[in-house]
Amino acid sequence: MTHRHERTLNIGALARVEGEGAMQVRVAGDRVEEILLNIYEPPRFFEAFLRGRAYTEPPDITSRICGICPVAYQMSACRAVESACGVAVDGPLGDLRRLMYCGEWISSHALHIYLLHAPDFLGYPSAVEMARAYRPLVERGLELKKTGNAIIELLGGRAIHPVNVRVGGFHRVPTPRELRGLVPGLRRALEDALATVRWVAGFDFPDLTFDHEFLALTGEEYPLERGTPRTTTGAAFEVADFEDEVAEYQVPHSTALHSRLVHGGRYLTGPLARFALNRDRLSPLAHEAAADAGLGHECRNPFQSIVVRAVEIVHAVEEALRVIASYEPPPPYVPVRARAGRGHGATEAPRGLLYHRYDLDGEGLLTSARIVPPTSQNQAAIEEDLRRLVQDRLDLDDAALTSACERTIRSYDPCISCAAHFLDLKVVRS
Amino acid sequence: MAPKLAVWKFASCDGCQLTLLDCEDELLTLAGEVEIAHFLEASSAVTEGPYDVSLVEGSISTPADAERIKEVRRISRRLVTIGACATAGGIQALRNFADVEEYRSVVYARPEYVATLAESTPISAHVPVDFELRGCPIDRGQLLEVLSAYLAGRRPGIPNHPVCFECKMRGNVCVMVAHGTPCLGPVTHTGCGAICPAYGRGCYGCFGPSARPNTGSLKTWLGDIGLARPEMDRMFATFNVTAFTEVPDDPPA
Ligand code: SF4
Ligand code: SF4
Repeated sequence: MTHRHERTLNIGALARVEGEGAMQVRVAGDRVEEILLNIYEPPRFFEAFLRGRAYTEPPDITSRICGICPVAYQMSACRAVESACGVAVDGPLGDLRRLMYCGEWISSHALHIYLLHAPDFLGYPSAVEMARAYRPLVERGLELKKTGNAIIELLGGRAIHPVNVRVGGFHRVPTPRELRGLVPGLRRALEDALATVRWVAGFDFPDLTFDHEFLALTGEEYPLERGTPRTTTGAAFEVADFEDEVAEYQVPHSTALHSRLVHGGRYLTGPLARFALNRDRLSPLAHEAAADAGLGHECRNPFQSIVVRAVEIVHAVEEALRVIASYEPPPPYVPVRARAGRGHGATEAPRGLLYHRYDLDGEGLLTSARIVPPTSQNQAAIEEDLRRLVQDRLDLDDAALTSACERTIRSYDPCISCAAHFLDLKVVRS
Repeated sequence: MAPKLAVWKFASCDGCQLTLLDCEDELLTLAGEVEIAHFLEASSAVTEGPYDVSLVEGSISTPADAERIKEVRRISRRLVTIGACATAGGIQALRNFADVEEYRSVVYARPEYVATLAESTPISAHVPVDFELRGCPIDRGQLLEVLSAYLAGRRPGIPNHPVCFECKMRGNVCVMVAHGTPCLGPVTHTGCGAICPAYGRGCYGCFGPSARPNTGSLKTWLGDIGLARPEMDRMFATFNVTAFTEVPDDPPA
């Protein structure tokens, strides 16, 4: 650090996020000139090598974009292929898909709350360190995560890159008895999830309110594997119109494309957006837990997203129990015959809306693919929040400012592997 | 002093390192036996190297990463690669068989902003590797075996026979014989527990080739059950495309 108005700060890799990226802050006098969230994640070119693959392959191939939310990729991929082929998979198979997706929400949210985010509020570098003082708490988080994974393992064969999902449904559906085996674990998880909401609601939240638009799927139920995109300003559009409504653009400092609403601007997708647009569709206990936790009709403080994630675990557990209670095994899949055409699929990954679009030729081979993951959609909003955060706290020293930025970034649970490695925070003051 | 464990990421999906956090029952015990000295996904505290065991996920696909892996090797006593990206280049190695410039222009409007190499290569193409753990993703049980072996100072006991073998032990019905479903189980490295056949689908080779795979004879069989050549080629061209491409079609001697 040099003198007051001209200093440069370099912070090493940002931890407890999925993937690696960097951040640069440029301050001139008392004004934040520029905030850049750099994503260095090496590009893997999925959209390029998907061309020429068979229409049956996107669920297995695209799940490898992200090991944290492979079910989300499989679900959006299936929906996009099915829509291209004119097939809708709903009813009991749709319920089984939602059940599997609940497993991923439980597991991914528990991972973020307990292992990645809570250590920030309690002042530890990791959950392992936190466990020295709070062992039963960390064990509760791990147990929740395991319950979510147990659902995916039963329905998918394994928790990371499940093998049992196919276009049209599943290779094999579980027996009612197999599903009932999940119930005792889920009942315990419901208690643990409610306790999690009470625990995180009591954290001390830094003051920061943003005014971004929210974008989430909406529909009859709290959105997981289906829904219609809608924003908080009331705009609604069909999934098929996503690319007309959301513009992707490239910036020099990131290997992940940014997004904005054509008729709006930057926006946020994810738990806060889902909650703002679908609060009344939460399961009864989740709805009650949200009210008890003091969440109003929407929540605009990024740090409080940990509370919303906890509420969503409650919802996912209740929903899982509901699906299991009414389960009667359907035929494992509906036949899907390839035809030339374009198909779109959007589902709610734990981190937000995940859009896939494929073009098929008459042989059922892909001629083009487009995938828009949640974290790339959120980059512009995260940069704006960081700009406001830094602007309001310029009197802080570099170390304090840096840790505030890192905490803010973590509260979005960014998945940089998804978005396109290494969050390297750099503050340049001149 | 507790041995130091480090986890590193290159081009990957994070799924293999997540396998460590998915050891819910063993994680806190493990954390008592080793010092998790560098694991960015899980901790913001970093202890400097050298490290006793480094787990490396991901493939080398950028000029910067080709340099970084040398530094990781320099500060690691044992270096274990985890997963198909690190052991074979991963699905992103499909670019090795295509024109990467064209790929870059399909995904990015301004390709010049994006640094990338023409090929995605396994870690072993750049530095010596002590052990390669297969899978896309790796298996949790196999990961724990490798960690406990190195902690005890012995060689990991990981078999390299084909999935087919595991499938028989599990008592699965053979999906090829019974249903004519194409399956790579006869030539794929064991480790997953033969999950796909247990769910009624064919193995798609996510653990890469087994020891001495007889791919020539499997290809004849696949042709006999009606699989056309382009489909067959696609079956081998996924998460371990480079490893399967190197296997000769002649029967092993
Ligand atoms: S091998 Fe597969 S699971 Fe492991 S990091 Fe690579 S893509 Fe992910
Ligand atoms: S059966 Fe084959 S494709 Fe399926 S999980 Fe095992 S190794 Fe991977």
